[in-house]
Amino acid sequence: MRYAMAVDTKKCVGCSDCVVACQTENNVPIGFCRDWVVEVTDGTYPQLEIEIRSERCNHCENSPCVRCCPTGASHYAEGGVVLVTPNKCIGCGACIASCPYDARYPHPDGYVDKCTFCLHNRVEKGLDPACVSVCPTKCMYFGDLDDPNSPVSKVLKTRKFKTLIPEAGTNPQLYFLI
Amino acid sequence: MREELIVSGRMNHLIDPQLNIWHWQIPLYLFLGGLAAGILFFAALFTILGKEKEYPTAVRIAPFLVPFLLILGLLALFIDLNHKLYFWRLYTIIRLQSPMGWGAWTLMIITPLSFVWCALNIKTIFPNWNWKYNWLIDLEAFLRKHVIVISWIILIYSLILGVYTGILFSAFNARPLWNTSILGPLFLTSGLSTAAAVVIMMSKNIHERHKFARIDLMLIGIELFLIVHMFMGFLASAQVQIDAASLFLGGPYTTPFWLFVVTLGLAFPALLEFLEIKGFKMPVFIAPALVLMGGLIFRFVIAYAGQASRWLY
Ligand code: SF4
Ligand code: SF4
Repeated sequence: MRYAMAVDTKKCVGCSDCVVACQTENNVPIGFCRDWVVEVTDGTYPQLEIEIRSERCNHCENSPCVRCCPTGASHYAEGGVVLVTPNKCIGCGACIASCPYDARYPHPDGYVDKCTFCLHNRVEKGLDPACVSVCPTKCMYFGDLDDPNSPVSKVLKTRKFKTLIPEAGTNPQLYFLI
Repeated sequence: MREELIVSGRMNHLIDPQLNIWHWQIPLYLFLGGLAAGILFFAALFTILGKEKEYPTAVRIAPFLVPFLLILGLLALFIDLNHKLYFWRLYTIIRLQSPMGWGAWTLMIITPLSFVWCALNIKTIFPNWNWKYNWLIDLEAFLRKHVIVISWIILIYSLILGVYTGILFSAFNARPLWNTSILGPLFLTSGLSTAAAVVIMMSKNIHERHKFARIDLMLIGIELFLIVHMFMGFLASAQVQIDAASLFLGGPYTTPFWLFVVTLGLAFPALLEFLEIKGFKMPVFIAPALVLMGGLIFRFVIAYAGQASRWLY
C-alpha cells in the first residue's frame, strides 16, 4: 500500500477551503496550519501565468524528517504516511530543520505536528482526507498508488504531473497535475 | 519574473517567514561540546604519548573543566527541547541515522568518562584527597592500571563528539548552507583549537604554553584551509548553495563572519601566537580569549545563517 495525493493546479482556484477544513477536522491550534495555498506568478504583465497549489507534507518516501528523528517519534505509518507520535517526541526541532518544504511546525503543547493525510481519523474509516473531500472544485485525488483503480492512480496515468524539489532526493508523494 | 506567495496565509510560529527553530541553545551546546571534546582529546593524546609530565595542565588540570562544560551543554540542549518531559525518550532507542540521537548517546558515554578522568587526577588539585572507602581505593587503582585503555576510549569518543558538533548541521539537506560534509572536520578543528586556547590560558609553564600555541597555529591554519574549501565547494555547486554562500559574501552574515570569526577569531590570534613563539612578550590572555570568542561566534553564525538558507521551488 502506498498512499499518495494529487492536486490539479489547473482546477485549484486558491479558495483555501482545504486549509480551513484541515484546521477544523484536526483541531489545529489557532494561528497554525498544516496545509496552505501557494500562488506562483510567472512573467510580466500582461503575459502572466499563474499556478495555484494546495500544499502540505509530501509524505516523502525517503524523508529526512524520519531519518533525523532521534527518538523514532517521526515514523512511517501504514501506506507510507509519515506521522509523529506526540508522546515520543522531545521537541528537539531536528525534523523541522530537516524538511525542505517547511511542512512541520512546533505544536504549542511541545511536540511537532504536521499533515497526517487524516490517516486515523478519516482514511482508515474509508473516507478521503478532509481537504480532499471539501474542495469545491474537486481538484484533489487521494488513494493507494498500488491500487490501479484508486482515484490518484487513475489521474496520474492520464495527466502530466510534477513533484516539488525532486532534486532534494525526498521522493515526495504529493503530486501536482500540470 | 517569478513571484511566489502563500495566499492562504501561513504564519506558523518559528517557521514563517523564515525558519527560526534553533536559537542560542544549540550553538552554545555545540561550542561547549566541541571545547570539551578538544580538552579530552589533548589529555588522552598526551597520556598515550607518555607526556603527562611535560604537559601537566593539558593532561591533569584542564580536564576538570570538562564535566562542567558537558553538563552546561546538556542543560542548554534541554532548554531547547519543547517537549521536555519526554527527554528520556532519547535513551530508549538507538537511531544511528539521527545525528541528534547518536550525539545524545556519545554524551551519555563521554560524560561519565570525563568524571573518571577527573577522579584519577583529583590529587593534582587536592593533594590530601582521600577516597575513604576501600572499594573506591581499589577501583581507582584498577582504573589507574588501565589508564592507557581509558585514554584510547576517550580519544576516540572525543573525536566522535567533536565531529558530531558539525555533523548535527551537515546532515540536513534541507538547509543548503549546512549541507556540506566539511562542517564535521571544520567544527572538530575549531573545537580542538578552542581547547588549545584554554590550555594556553591555564598553563603556568612556558614550555607547555608554547607547545599549545604551536598546536593552535596549526589548527587555525587547517581551519582557514577548510573554510576556503567550504566556499569553493558552495560556489561550484547548485544554485541553492551559491545562494547560501552569498549570505557570507555580501549578505547579512558577511560582517559577523569575516570580521569576528575569520579576522578577530582566527587570523589575529594566530599572528599573536606566532609572535609569542618567536619570543615577543605578549599578554597571555588576548590570543586564547579571541580564539574562544571566534569559536563561539562561528557556531552562532552557522546556526542562524543555516536557517536562513533554503530550497526555493
Ligand atoms: S514533506 Fe517534510 S515533513 Fe513531510 S515527509 Fe517530507 S520531509 Fe517529512
Ligand atoms: S522534534 Fe520530535 S519528531 Fe521531530 S525530530 Fe525531534 S523528537 Fe523527532
